[in-house]
Amino acid sequence: MRLNRALLSGLPFAGGQSAPMRAAARVAPAPSGEADLEKKRVPTEQPPHQQRPFRTSRLVELIPAFCGLLWFVVAFYPLFYMLMSSFRSQAGFYLDNPWLPPSQPTLENYSRVWENGFGLYLLNSLFVLVISVALILLISVPAAYAIARMRNRLTRAIFSLFLLGLAIPLQAVIIPIYALISGMRLYDTLFALILPYVAFGVPLSVLVLVTFIRDIPAELHEAMRLDGASHWQILWRLVIPLSRPALITVTIYESIQVWNGFLFPLVLTQSPEVRVLPLALWSFQGQYAADVPAIMAAVFLSAVPMLLLYIFGRRQLLTGLLAGFSR
Amino acid sequence: MSVTARIAPTRRGPASWPALLWTAPALCFYALFALFPLLVALYLSFTNWNGIAQAAWVGPANWLHFFSDPLTLHAVGLTIEMMILTWVLQTPLSLLLGVFMAGQQRYRAVLSVFYFLPLLFSTVAIGITWVSILDPNFGLINVTLRAVGLSSWARGWLGDPNLAFYVVAIVIAWQFIPFHSLLYMTGARQIPRELYDVAELDGAGRLRKFFSITLPQLKYTIITSSIFMLTGSLTYFDLIWVMTGGGPGYATRILPLHMYVTAFVNEQVGYGSVIALVLAASGIALSLLLLRVTGFLRMSSQLEGL
Repeated sequence: MRLNRALLSGLPFAGGQSAPMRAAARVAPAPSGEADLEKKRVPTEQPPHQQRPFRTSRLVELIPAFCGLLWFVVAFYPLFYMLMSSFRSQAGFYLDNPWLPPSQPTLENYSRVWENGFGLYLLNSLFVLVISVALILLISVPAAYAIARMRNRLTRAIFSLFLLGLAIPLQAVIIPIYALISGMRLYDTLFALILPYVAFGVPLSVLVLVTFIRDIPAELHEAMRLDGASHWQILWRLVIPLSRPALITVTIYESIQVWNGFLFPLVLTQSPEVRVLPLALWSFQGQYAADVPAIMAAVFLSAVPMLLLYIFGRRQLLTGLLAGFSR
Repeated sequence: MSVTARIAPTRRGPASWPALLWTAPALCFYALFALFPLLVALYLSFTNWNGIAQAAWVGPANWLHFFSDPLTLHAVGLTIEMMILTWVLQTPLSLLLGVFMAGQQRYRAVLSVFYFLPLLFSTVAIGITWVSILDPNFGLINVTLRAVGLSSWARGWLGDPNLAFYVVAIVIAWQFIPFHSLLYMTGARQIPRELYDVAELDGAGRLRKFFSITLPQLKYTIITSSIFMLTGSLTYFDLIWVMTGGGPGYATRILPLHMYVTAFVNEQVGYGSVIALVLAASGIALSLLLLRVTGFLRMSSQLEGL
């Protein structure tokens, strides 16, 4: 087991990049720097006008930064606009300059939205999210482990079957799912949402986890086998701890999917008691079409949990995506 | 621990694993709600059903109708147009953004924190926000245009049948570019630095390095991202439903929307199933084609290859 520890510390997936890879990245710029020096030394012996192309290339280097900044405005401003509008009074929305912060900021929109049952919708969404994502993890991890660690015709076929799921649009199966859910007498309940969410969460979760588990060195695995560990023990003590980044990625990704899903709630539920947030927003928009600030407050409120998730899980999300989709 | 002892168990081990048992729970859920429904849809596509009463067998009538219904063919055309348009809008931008963000400077990291925000909002939330921004009277865009003296440019962006389709496509691109640039960023970060160092020694410029190293190295990312984009365009529903409802007229009624309206609004479930199956077939065919063309299905470990 001591050997395992030693191997673990240098694993390529512990933190997205292996220690050697990171070291290489740190060392790498040095030689190129020397090369730069050499290149720069040459022009000094030449007439000064030869240096002009060098300066324009510095300008060229600013272009990506400028585009990056431009996209920042494009990506971010609509959301900022939404947030600012949510603090405007209804009169202020029509009178204020839309580019400037509200002249008389108010929280009234938020309290009105909250009184409109947002707490219930929030709880409904949370319930569906927690159960769906827990189930997705519970069933995807063993499946991914079997596919990654046992390579034969059967697992390869199962894996292809799962991958096929990535290509099936929700719209393509929503009619039969509606019939199926009605047949199971689950129509207009929160479980009507959970079951299909789990099914459609499986393909991507399995893909991400398989890619990740496959990169755990076989030596670790064999060492544990030699120590007499069962597959469950290997799964619990080796695979799950090492796959943490991938597990977090799957959790965050599927949470966003479930939280923001619209089609399933639209088709599979009806009553306000089982309304989830995206559906609540939609009906809210129909109801308060003229009250834009209130709608914007609702829109922002509905995203708060995802924003929190992002703030705490951003790094893991990126690390895990590295493993999940890679090159 | 001798070498032979380490090798022996793995040779025997895998064959005895009850893999089916390990995958069974996932397979059950997946088969019941993703694969079996395709078969049910196939059955329903040969019936007339309003969603409540007994389904009546009508044979291939719905399928024949699909190929002669001008409204459906119009929706098919729009879907293909949307697919191409959103791919063209998203790919270059996400690629450039991703490569840009892969750089190490601190300001890039700060900027990229904000780039991904649109990913966190539900499509409904994004649709509602953009409807407000595009509002003909009080929306940000028209107010701004009037303020800077371009009143003649102001218009009802979503009310104009010639414009609505493009406006919707742009908002879709806005929503999904962050996700794809994230893919490109992670891809670009994995390109070995040595390649660039060597190229630099050979005197390659910025552009040369981009086209000779970055682009070829991102091949798999481009494929992955394109599969997501193209199959994704078969599911654009929420945003268009919230922003235009498929209108004005039929200007933005792409196939997924047409399916929903047919099956759930007009209660022609059988005919809706035909459209749904065409969607599924297109999605699967598209992915298989891209995977086959690129050999991505091998799904070999990327690390092993390095």
